[in-house]
Amino acid sequence: MTDSDADSGWFESVPPDDLEVAREVIENGSAESPKDWPKQAVEARFAEDKDNYYDRLHEAANYAARETVKERERADDQQLKHSIRAMDDCERTANELAERAAEWAGSLFADVDAGIEGAREVATRQPDTEAERRAVSLAERAVDLADEAAAIRGFIERTAPSVAPNLAAMAGPVLATRLIALAGGLETLAKKPSGTVQVLGAEDALFAHLEGRAPSPKHGIIFTHEYVRETRPEDRGSAARAVAGKLTIAARIDHYSGDLREEVHEELRDRIATIRARADADEEGDR
Amino acid sequence: MSDDPSTSADAPTSADAPTSADSVLPAGVERRTIGGEETLATRGEPVYGEPTDGDWRAWNASRSKLGATFELGMETGLAGGDRVLYLGAAAGTTVSHVADFAGPTYAVEFAPRPTRDLLAVAEPRDRLFPLLKDARAPETYAHVVESDLDAIVQDVATRGQADVAVRNAQFLADDGRLVAAIKARSEDVTADPEAVFDRAVDRLGDAYEVLERRRLEPYHDDHLAVVARPR
Repeated sequence: MTDSDADSGWFESVPPDDLEVAREVIENGSAESPKDWPKQAVEARFAEDKDNYYDRLHEAANYAARETVKERERADDQQLKHSIRAMDDCERTANELAERAAEWAGSLFADVDAGIEGAREVATRQPDTEAERRAVSLAERAVDLADEAAAIRGFIERTAPSVAPNLAAMAGPVLATRLIALAGGLETLAKKPSGTVQVLGAEDALFAHLEGRAPSPKHGIIFTHEYVRETRPEDRGSAARAVAGKLTIAARIDHYSGDLREEVHEELRDRIATIRARADADEEGDR
Repeated sequence: MSDDPSTSADAPTSADAPTSADSVLPAGVERRTIGGEETLATRGEPVYGEPTDGDWRAWNASRSKLGATFELGMETGLAGGDRVLYLGAAAGTTVSHVADFAGPTYAVEFAPRPTRDLLAVAEPRDRLFPLLKDARAPETYAHVVESDLDAIVQDVATRGQADVAVRNAQFLADDGRLVAAIKARSEDVTADPEAVFDRAVDRLGDAYEVLERRRLEPYHDDHLAVVARPR
């Protein structure tokens, strides 16, 4: 079913109405030079006439492109999953090493600040002794890891909008990627109910609740969304529910169709404005 | 170039100062007033929220290099019903208008994300065929795209844009037309655009005779439109 003959058209060995085979040949086939394919397809009785040929090509080309786009983007969501985990590892390790390097360097140099910025400064120093050399070198490694984390973040920011345009627009590329990673992929995220999305990342609290040890968690990782975090505590549950609901819809649009839909973003903005208006109303009432 | 008898067949004479820009518009492309603005327009399903008037949809020259090419009155040689290979279809904004006035249209785009939008454009247009292919490797779609096409419309933003046009010349009929937009910044961000354009036109000469070249300002900065026919 591939290009056994370098000079045959895509339709040569495609059974009528077998879109899978057609897709395989359109994608992986080749020819040295183009020919009058519509005419040859009619002669080969693949199609009744040219119009019929074009109808079939339209169907096959659309099918092939759609399936391939889906496949490639699915693969990209797995890249996002790895990258967000790697970014978190790099950041955590960079911070730990930077603390250690700063503590060490603090015993050797004056004015050493804590954290990555401290390590960055230590890394620029000229070491004179063996001990200084080691401390400065350790600081360099911490800085490198922090830079790697930043580079991975850049990759996520570029990739997430193409994998999940609505989710990335609504949650930001990093939170969108965290949700995809926590769910295991865009498809699994798209198939989760919004109540699950709301508590993704709060599994410990959720299981504590299910065992009767704690109240139900109001939010998981979506707490990092400003619509949740910056809503006053008594309304945060409502905000988290609204955000999770729209994020779920966004993930479904991204998985099943992929076009950017402004309405769903507008609806969430309206809903959050309504929830936050309660606080204003309460203030009015207190006066 | 055309199956459509309503378009004048022997148009390409002097490229200088066309007396009426409308005389070079293909059948199916018209200048109309839509939403109070005079604009190019084609008939088809709306695609990107463009203003419409009945079946007619505005074709914004600032969003489309081919649209700007028409707007500036260049003689593209394109005609209604043409069979077209469109290289660099992206999300399908321009190719949607091409498919509205042309015949069978093969739309090549390499990146999956814009192809998703292109699919939405192709679905209601039954003679528009999306191909997820690299325009630099025509052998990977020569088993699908037919020979002796009336036109290649090219808008690829990769390095070696003239190269892409040369490699795809095999799809054109002897009297076919290449209508290409060359983006200076895709070749070399630092070089003087005119120098980049000269080099590109020079390379096109390997497979084409260049009939007309013109910069696309004010619609698109640092872009050159080229109309050429195979040698």
